Amino acid sequence: MANAFSKLKESVNQHFKGQLISSITALGELTIEVEIKDLVGILKQLRDNDEFLFEQLIDIAGVDYLTYGLDEWATNEASAEGFERGRQEQPKSQWQKARYAVVYHLLSVTLNQRLRVRVFVEEDSMLVPSVVDLWNGANWFEREAFDLFGILFDGHPDLRRLLTDYGFIGHPFRKDFPMIGELEMRYDEEKQQCIYEPVTIEERILVPRVIR
Amino acid sequence: MAEIEHYTLNFGPQHPAAHGVLRMILEMDGEVIERADPHIGLLHRATEKLAEIKPYNQSIGYMDRLDYVSMMCNEHAYVLAIEKLLKIQVPERAQYIRVMFAEITRILNHLMWLGAHGLDVGAMTMFLYCFRDREPLMDAYEAVSGTRMHATYFRPGGVYRDLPDSMPQYDKSPWRNDKKLKSLNENRQGSLLDFIWDFTETFPAAVDEYESLLTENRIWKQRLVGIGVVSPERAFQLGFTGPMLRGSGVAWDLRKKQPYDVYAKMDFDIPVGRNGDSYDRYLVRVEEMRQSNRIIRQCIEWLKKNEGPVIVDDHKITPPSRADVKENMESLIHHFKHFTEGYCVPEGEAYAAVEHPKGEFGIYLLSDGANKPYRLKIRAPGFAHMAAMNEMSKGHMLADVVAIIGTMDVVFGEIDR
Repeated sequence: MANAFSKLKESVNQHFKGQLISSITALGELTIEVEIKDLVGILKQLRDNDEFLFEQLIDIAGVDYLTYGLDEWATNEASAEGFERGRQEQPKSQWQKARYAVVYHLLSVTLNQRLRVRVFVEEDSMLVPSVVDLWNGANWFEREAFDLFGILFDGHPDLRRLLTDYGFIGHPFRKDFPMIGELEMRYDEEKQQCIYEPVTIEERILVPRVIR
Repeated sequence: MAEIEHYTLNFGPQHPAAHGVLRMILEMDGEVIERADPHIGLLHRATEKLAEIKPYNQSIGYMDRLDYVSMMCNEHAYVLAIEKLLKIQVPERAQYIRVMFAEITRILNHLMWLGAHGLDVGAMTMFLYCFRDREPLMDAYEAVSGTRMHATYFRPGGVYRDLPDSMPQYDKSPWRNDKKLKSLNENRQGSLLDFIWDFTETFPAAVDEYESLLTENRIWKQRLVGIGVVSPERAFQLGFTGPMLRGSGVAWDLRKKQPYDVYAKMDFDIPVGRNGDSYDRYLVRVEEMRQSNRIIRQCIEWLKKNEGPVIVDDHKITPPSRADVKENMESLIHHFKHFTEGYCVPEGEAYAAVEHPKGEFGIYLLSDGANKPYRLKIRAPGFAHMAAMNEMSKGHMLADVVAIIGTMDVVFGEIDR
């Protein structure tokens, strides 16, 4: 197992030399970061090349790095002020790279190996090429990432919302989308129909986010 | 008469065979499905987003509620992901307990699936039989965690507590006489392990009973053979895992290929199908129940012989014992910190997958070093299977759609998350 893993690492680094932004090994998992323009080409080779044979796309995850590394509670001031007040002004995240990323998890059944591929998405275009043609199973995973993060998959045959309500506005898993949502719905007796209103509840976070 | 070519049928979301809240728009030519468009998300609770505002341990309970018929398997993937990031080694006894309960959960899930699938296709008796046999396993859940379904029993670093030495007994009541009472309590005289052992003694015969009702049943075969055929190539393309993949003849099981906890030490077989149709998937799942039974017995034998801790002894991650908390200042502080702030997980990312009864259930955890996950992505097996609904049902009759939903073993808790 360990041997096969180092072999995969070597052949990935060798094969895609110059195309990888980075290749990280941590916790027994290999993660490669690639540029958007190379994405489809690299994934196609990962699927078809005899050294990789990643015949399954296990998962696609969108990630929003907007608040990466931010805590809500400066530990030393907390006893005096409490974290709720501390939340008022948000410091800027130290995150240097693009705000959004798409993470692909690949699995090779034949060679029993896994690989994670990450691609960062430019915020002004939000465009990532679709991989539905490589793995048909990507269809819903991409629809989900579009629905929840607003990432657009170029070449997707049917990019509709998947998990949110009909007519939903916004992308709820973005870090700047409030946890409590923006609209609430109720049945109005007088109008005899369901109506949408701005939310009336307040956001409560019981445990502050801390980084030690 | 006017000629009608295609028409659109709305199926669900409140249809008894929709297994929860599946809504499908079916484009039909007569009674033949031309296109199926599942509308999911009616049970979307944003579990992944909720987990982002809670310390790690407080989301374990949410995992139960994903696939709410295989509770502990969901927890298993979640705690494995956290353990991977924390780099902790779980005590062996805890690993055995977790494997045992993961297999109990697999039987629970497959019984639920068999009962519901039977009911969908018209075999009412199956539903009653399966629920009868789920009962002792639910009792085992209750004895160990206090709840019959949403156990919240696994913890990063082990399990919440050791197995109990005694089983709860049925009480006297005006509705049962002494003889009935005695027979109800007969297998509850020993420990939980004895109780589960007793179940494993009788369960294979119960599986034979289901098989004698279904396997060679003419109606059952007419409804399942050749329905929803998936070739191995298509199964890979569509991201199928678990019994859906094994039904197509691919011997892929994470418990064997990428073993976690003590699965490497277990002796069991992987059943595979040949034709990739609903009937083969039925056979695969039934055989899996027998194999799970074998694994449970191996775990019980080991657990009876070996004592030991069931959770790591690092109070930065796990709570100290109650007795300690009352006597020791340090433990009191650990206790307080554990239940208020939780623990911080080192920066990094990890993907942990388990062989869930439905397929590969994975947790992708991204931590920025805080006491809450930065991003949690749940890879639900049913999601990929549901996505293939259109392909699997094309060309079949309306009634077969119900059989295909049944064979996928969908639960909307995990698909919608």
